[in-house]
Amino acid sequence: MPLTEILQYEFMQNAFLAGTIVAIVASVVGYFVVLRHVTFAGHALSHIGFSGAAGAVLVGVSPIWGLLAFTLLAALAMGLLGERLEGRDVAIGIVLAFALGLGILFLQLYTAYASEAFSILFGSIMGISRSDVALSLGIGIVVLVALSFISRPLLFMSMNPIAAEARGVPTRLLSAVFLLIVALAVSEAVQVVGVLLIFALLVAPPATAMYLTPRLYPALSLAVGLGVLETWFGLILAYYTDYSVSFFIASAAVAAYLLVRLLVWMGVIGNVLPAQAIEGSLGS
Amino acid sequence: MQSPISRTRSPVHPQMSDEVVAEASHLSVVLRGRPVLEDVNFSLRAGEFVALIGPNGAGKSTLLRVLLGLIPPTAGSVRVLGQPVDRGNPRIGYVPQHQTFYESTPLRGRDMVALGVDGTRYGPPTPGRAQSATVQQALDDVRATAYADMPVARLSGGEQQRLMLAQALVGNPELLLLDEPLANLDIRSRREVVDLVRDISRVRGIAVVFVAHDVNPLLGCMDRVLYIANGRAVIGPQDQIVRSDVLSDLFGFPVHVIRAEGHVLVSTADGDECH
Repeated sequence: MPLTEILQYEFMQNAFLAGTIVAIVASVVGYFVVLRHVTFAGHALSHIGFSGAAGAVLVGVSPIWGLLAFTLLAALAMGLLGERLEGRDVAIGIVLAFALGLGILFLQLYTAYASEAFSILFGSIMGISRSDVALSLGIGIVVLVALSFISRPLLFMSMNPIAAEARGVPTRLLSAVFLLIVALAVSEAVQVVGVLLIFALLVAPPATAMYLTPRLYPALSLAVGLGVLETWFGLILAYYTDYSVSFFIASAAVAAYLLVRLLVWMGVIGNVLPAQAIEGSLGS
Repeated sequence: MQSPISRTRSPVHPQMSDEVVAEASHLSVVLRGRPVLEDVNFSLRAGEFVALIGPNGAGKSTLLRVLLGLIPPTAGSVRVLGQPVDRGNPRIGYVPQHQTFYESTPLRGRDMVALGVDGTRYGPPTPGRAQSATVQQALDDVRATAYADMPVARLSGGEQQRLMLAQALVGNPELLLLDEPLANLDIRSRREVVDLVRDISRVRGIAVVFVAHDVNPLLGCMDRVLYIANGRAVIGPQDQIVRSDVLSDLFGFPVHVIRAEGHVLVSTADGDECH
C-alpha cells in the first residue's frame, strides 16, 4: 500500500495533516467567497499576505505571523473603505498596490534567502513542522466556528442584500467580519499552495461543487471532498515525482472544474433536479 | 382561478378594522440637502390594500425606507404598529425592487424563502429548515411550489418575485411593503401579481403598501391610493384622488385625468407634443 509507505515519514504525516485541514477550511470559506463574488478580495488578500510574510522573514519571525498580520489589517481596511459593490474592487486594488509595494521593499532589504520568497509564493507544505500543523488546526477551528456563527445572516445578505438590511442584518459589519475570516483562511492556505495558487483551494472546489447541486449542505460537502481529494492527489504525486505539490493540486483543481463544466455543457449533469421530479411537484 | 391560500388568520376584509398599522404625521425627509418628502400625512389601517403611486423620483422608495427605519425622518413623526419605527421590525414584510441573480447562484428558491425565517439568526444553521411548514405554506400562498426546488437564478423575473414575496410572508408580517413589484413584468403577469397580493392581503389580514408608477393595474383592487408627487402626498379612495383637480393641485401644474374603457390616463394639460 503506497500510502503506508508515504506516511511513515513525519514530514509527509505533517503535510497530509496540514493539507487536509487547510483544504477543508479553504473550501468552506471559499463557498461564501464565490457566493458573495469577492474572489478578487481573496486574491488580493493572498498577495498582501506575501508582503507580510516577506516582512516577517526580514524581522526574523515565522512567515505565518506576517501573513496573519498583513491579511487581517488589509481585510479591516477593505471593510472600512467600501462595502458597496461598485466601490469595493477599487478600494481593494488600492490596498493591494500599497501592500505589494511594501513587499518589494522588504525583499530588497533582505536578499539573503531567495528560497524563502519562493516558498511563500508557491507553498512549502513538505517542510511544515508539527507545531505548524497545530497552528493550522487552531486557525481552522476559529475560522469554522466564526463562519458557522454568522452563516445564516451572511447567506441572507449575500442572496438578498436589501431585504437583509431591512430585516436588521448588520450588513456592513458582517461583510467586514467575513473579510477577516477570509484573511485567516488565506493565511493558512498560503502555507500549502502559496500566494500565487490560492485559487486552487479557495475558489476552484466550491465553484466546481456549485455546478453540481443548488443545495447548500450537499454543495459544501462536495466542495470539501473535492478540496481534500485534490490536496491528497497533489501530495502523493509530488512524493513520487519530486515535482511541486502546488502544481499537482492546481492541475487537479482546474481539471475537476473543467470536467464538471464540460459535463454540464453536454447536459450529462447539472445543478437542476431531474425533469420528472419537477413534473411530480407540479402535479401535487 | 381558485385561490389555494390558507387561512392563517381570519379574514379582515372587506370590513377592515380601525386599528392603525402605520401612521405618518407632518413627515419630512431631506436627503443630501435635497427635500424628498414634505409634510406627508397618512394613516394605514390593518388589512388595508394601499397603492403608493407617483412618478419616478417622487419619493416612493424613500417613504418605504422611512417605514422600515432605514432613513430617519428629518421632521415629523412616523409610527408603525403602534411603535416608533425601528430597523429590522419582524412584523413588517418587505420585498425590494427586482434584483438580478448571478447565473451560478447556488441556492434553491425554497432555501431563499427559508432565509425569511432564520436569515437574521446567529449560531450554527439547522439543516432541513427549508422543508418547514411555514416555508411550504408561504410557497403555496404565492403559488411557487412547482419551481421551489429549482436554482433561483434559473427562474423568470416573475417567479423570483413570488419567491421574494414568500420570503417576506414567512415572518407572518402585519404590514407588507412591496417596492415596484410590477416593474419588468408583462401586462398579463402584472394583473396576476396584483390579484395574488390582494388575495394574500385579504386571507392573511395583512395591510399592504404596493408601490407602482402606473395606477392602471391596481384600479378596482386597492382600498385606497396614496399619491406622491413633488414630495407631497394625498391619500383616499381612487375616485377621490385620481381626478384632474386633485392631481393638478398635487403636481403644482395642470394635469388631466382621462378615463377610457376602465383605464385612466394621467397627462399634462397641454399634451405631450413638441412646441
